[in-house]
Amino acid sequence: MKPFHYERASSVASACASATEPTTKFIAGGTNLLDLMKLQIETPTHLVDIAPLPLAQIEETAEGGLRIGARVTNSVLAADMRVRRRYPVLSQAILAGASTQLRNKATTGGNLLQRTRCAYFYDTTKPCNKRMPGSGCAALDGLNRMNAVIGVSNDCIAAHGSDMAVAMAVLDARVETVAADGATRTIPIDALYRAPGNTPHIETVLAPGEMIQSVLLPPPPPGRQLYRKVRDRASYAFALVSVAAVVAREGDLVSAARVAFGGISYKPWRSAEAEAALVGAPATRASFDAAGRAALKDAHGYGYNDFKIPLARRTLRAVLADATGVI
Amino acid sequence: MERILPFLTALSRRRFLETAGAVTLAMASRPAAAEAAAEPVSMPTENVTLTVNGRRHALDLDPRTTLLDALRERLGLTGTKKGCDQGQCGACTVIVNGQRINSCLTLAVMHTGDEITTIEGLEEDGNLHPMQAAFVRHDGLQCGYCTPGQICSAVALLAEHKAGWPSYATADVATAPVLTDAEIAERMSGNICRCSAYANIVSAIREVAEGGRT
Repeated sequence: MKPFHYERASSVASACASATEPTTKFIAGGTNLLDLMKLQIETPTHLVDIAPLPLAQIEETAEGGLRIGARVTNSVLAADMRVRRRYPVLSQAILAGASTQLRNKATTGGNLLQRTRCAYFYDTTKPCNKRMPGSGCAALDGLNRMNAVIGVSNDCIAAHGSDMAVAMAVLDARVETVAADGATRTIPIDALYRAPGNTPHIETVLAPGEMIQSVLLPPPPPGRQLYRKVRDRASYAFALVSVAAVVAREGDLVSAARVAFGGISYKPWRSAEAEAALVGAPATRASFDAAGRAALKDAHGYGYNDFKIPLARRTLRAVLADATGVI
Repeated sequence: MERILPFLTALSRRRFLETAGAVTLAMASRPAAAEAAAEPVSMPTENVTLTVNGRRHALDLDPRTTLLDALRERLGLTGTKKGCDQGQCGACTVIVNGQRINSCLTLAVMHTGDEITTIEGLEEDGNLHPMQAAFVRHDGLQCGYCTPGQICSAVALLAEHKAGWPSYATADVATAPVLTDAEIAERMSGNICRCSAYANIVSAIREVAEGGRT
């Protein structure tokens, strides 16, 4: 690990002001950042520990949703009875990720900003445009089984590793931030992440010194909420593919549908195409297959990860069948 | 730098193994070694007060020191093991303010004021903690390297279950789950046992969950 100066934040404003330098990082749970610092993939010279900041509450909002502080741990969020009753897809998704030890440290804000687990991002002997801009992408022709199949570029095919964010995408979560100059803004979770294009090292729209203070969940949408994760072992593994869905049925028809995928893109991949195909369609396997085809129509495999495209379609079908009671 | 220093001290078996490991690592990653050589020899340190197993310790630490390294290398509490050092194996699990964490993925400076419990702090008046005794009784180990982490994890697991926390194995997350074997296995998935003593680990935990030896 490279040497750094350690500072405990005394206020949000002072923390943001300290963090305007690109070599400064906020640290909350640290489970991803410290791992990357040990490998010298992250080399901050200054760490601002936000543990003292009052950002660990979960509050009801006037509109009937929840405001989740950035420092609320994954464990606390998944175990909160309001989340378990009104946003079960969020509890399920969080509990599908990592281990209890990690969830006890990992925070809401940190989870959203975690970096990819692409093996070539982690392997400092290999080129990686995300880690070292302009060096190339070793995953393109490499062992890319875990990599993304949609929304990515020939400069970077890294997948986002979060389960929590997939559920938040389907719940229309909004991220509330504060900048170094004190300005606040609200960013829909889908707009938080930047497509890799030819600048895969720039991953979000956040400015240096801009801090996620909280995540806003609107009131729960109508319908059954489900999260399903497909992975190489039964627990404690990153998703090959995951699906979060909120689906309502009236009679034989799907009356409302929200769908997002994990493991297939640089961000939690909300699919307007699948949703459009589902709403008003009969609740049948044929409709669910059509939704899957619509969702993955622009997907492109890179060899070892070709299987993710049919796997994503089938996982979606299974989730939709489960949610609507179709056998 | 810190990892090279043991060369200067007596070469106990532990120290030798550690040092040999550090050399292998350095050879595998030459750029890192070259940069390390250019770093200043003395780094500014932070004053940290760690409360471990009820005892307060004032330490001067390089801010890079993980909680795991502070426990093992500075406080001599070597019960907590270093396995992968990247949060994947669970051997370094300790309990902080009642919650289990990977001590390898957190900095010691972040834990001033926290109550830290390690495997050394579980026994009471010289008697094994019921979970320790159950692991012995059920033969929940072979080589034993993962065991301190497994036991700390299991002790915290019971508290989490008592608090009604769900897991990924819980069919309806809005309900308080029953601690089935599937629940125990899912909740213990952050602790890897390469000897694969899992069946006996689960039975040890279940016995303590059900109120101990009958």
